[in-house]
Amino acid sequence: MPPCDTRGMSTAPAVEITSLVKRYDAVTAVDGLSLRVAAGTLTAVLGPNGAGKTTTVEICEGFRRPDAGSVRVLGLDPWRDGAGLRPRVGVMLQEGAGFYPGARPVELLSHLARLHADPLDVPMLVARLGLESVARGRTPLRRLSGGERQRIAFAAALVGRPELVFLDEPTAGLDPQARRATWQLLDELRAAGVTVVLTTHLIDEAERLADQVVIIDAGRVLAEGTPQELTSGVSDDVIRFGGPPRLDVASLRAALPDGSSVKEVAPGSYEVAAVVDPRLLATLTSWCAANDILAEGLQVGHRSLEDVYLELIGAAAERTAP
Amino acid sequence: MTETPSTGQPPEFPRPTAGPPEPTRPAAGPPETPRPTAGPSQPTRPTAGPPEPSGRSSARPSQPSPRSSGASPAPDSQSSPGPSGRSSARPSLFTPAPGAAPVGRMLLAQTLFEIRLLLRNGEQLLLTAAIPVVLLWLLTAAPVFDTGDYERVDFLVPGILALCVMSTAFTSLAIATAYERRYGALKRLAASPLPRWTLLLAKALTVLVVEALQVVLVGGLGLALGWRPSGSPLAVIVLLVAGTLAFAGLGLLMAGTLRAEATLAAANLVYLLLLVLGGVVIPLSGFPSGVRTVLELTPTGALADGLRSVLADGAGLPWGSVAVLAVWAVAGLAAAARWFRWD
Repeated sequence: MPPCDTRGMSTAPAVEITSLVKRYDAVTAVDGLSLRVAAGTLTAVLGPNGAGKTTTVEICEGFRRPDAGSVRVLGLDPWRDGAGLRPRVGVMLQEGAGFYPGARPVELLSHLARLHADPLDVPMLVARLGLESVARGRTPLRRLSGGERQRIAFAAALVGRPELVFLDEPTAGLDPQARRATWQLLDELRAAGVTVVLTTHLIDEAERLADQVVIIDAGRVLAEGTPQELTSGVSDDVIRFGGPPRLDVASLRAALPDGSSVKEVAPGSYEVAAVVDPRLLATLTSWCAANDILAEGLQVGHRSLEDVYLELIGAAAERTAP
Repeated sequence: MTETPSTGQPPEFPRPTAGPPEPTRPAAGPPETPRPTAGPSQPTRPTAGPPEPSGRSSARPSQPSPRSSGASPAPDSQSSPGPSGRSSARPSLFTPAPGAAPVGRMLLAQTLFEIRLLLRNGEQLLLTAAIPVVLLWLLTAAPVFDTGDYERVDFLVPGILALCVMSTAFTSLAIATAYERRYGALKRLAASPLPRWTLLLAKALTVLVVEALQVVLVGGLGLALGWRPSGSPLAVIVLLVAGTLAFAGLGLLMAGTLRAEATLAAANLVYLLLLVLGGVVIPLSGFPSGVRTVLELTPTGALADGLRSVLADGAGLPWGSVAVLAVWAVAGLAAAARWFRWD
């Protein structure tokens, strides 16, 4: 998006995956996945557990060897050219893993910093991530909480001043405040021209942060695009409202213009898909009034990324079920 | 999530609705009553048209707005460290500057890091320092085992040195590496600029440094207790290095294939068994000959015997012991290279 175009890095993709296949014995974890990440952008890889997110990222990090297809990270093959790639890439493993159990947080960060040519100043990084209280103590990493370790692992991914970072579920298990702080940092990384690839199953995280969202399931890309592209144009707008369960949706449907549809998506929770305009809203509310229904939590809006995601994942599950 | 667009709409919808629904309420016939309102709504679409696009256009772009509004707090909260703004033109703390440190500096950093962690670990120090020192001191002072023709201290120091090599190159290395593997440290390091051979070399140097400290500690205590070493220091060094390689291969094999807890248990068990059965404090000559042959072929038995023949008997390099240790080293290191799992 806006950042980084100025430095002319955006011509070559930071990550280019073509028809990637990875099997573990009988299980095909990644099944012909293709993906392109433009330099300087933030890409969120979204998908349910077992979708192949971690496998894909770990192939990009050079931990695993692809069975088929090609992977280029910063123009290099991560399996063969790992030595050239590793200094340029920051990695955060899943669940904040990757620490010496007996080391203290600052010790670990300082040590990783020493492996780089021009690392960040560790005290400054610690302050920037709000980790002073964790860093001050003499507590070894194995005694820190999962969330604290997670944030140290995030710092560890940044300390070498990488041009590309892979973050495997960076906010999983964080409290809302820490999650928000992480989001701000991710925004800042992107603004600084760092290419970010993160996996998540938090849809609002992807919607809020990402330039590009890639929805994957069963090792394949189901959809990709900007959050706006994914949520627009797929279907009409919706109105959601709550009321007593088991309303006569057919009667409401009959009151609305042609092409509208009404669904009770959960008991007492309704969704009207139609061309939403003030008139439609008026029709809806007058039907409610006529039936003595107080519509609660009435929302006018487009489909959220969550709707799109659940629809895609649901449709994929249906295809494989029968 | 999508509340923002709806806030723009309420002022509009009460106006048309206000009239019609009120009179229809008494009628209460659900399907019919809304229809009148639905009817007019169709013809009036054109009039609703003008607001519609504006409503749309304000609603659609409002999708990205949570992102920009969500991002906007960032500059505020980061005001203290530096105004690294959102535009790429201004320098930021995170502006990329990637690169690996020179390999020599990485090797030094990794070695010092490992040594520091090891020397801070209480359980490891118990194995590598406390137990050898206490055993040497106690068993020299009290005649618990018959040491045959040897002065007790002359018999014990070589055995305790073999114990030191086993504790550092096998038990301590296996346990530390197993937990590093379990917590993902090895995997994380594999994603760092540190080459794998540098990591292994750093571990080897760490083991050698700790062993040097042990030799000073045990040798010093031995001398204080009246130990009179003989033989060639070079032969002693060859034996210590061969023993280190033999134990390190087995330790790494264990750490790289078993779970951390299993490694912890097994490495301690082996330590204890070979402490008793490996000729460390109890002479192997006391065992039946068949058993004795087997025990002499263990790395501990071979190392303790070899060290004793040099330091106590003043013999030259004991090729038999070196050969036994070399076989263990080749087999252990080859198996570790083959089966070691980094994650």
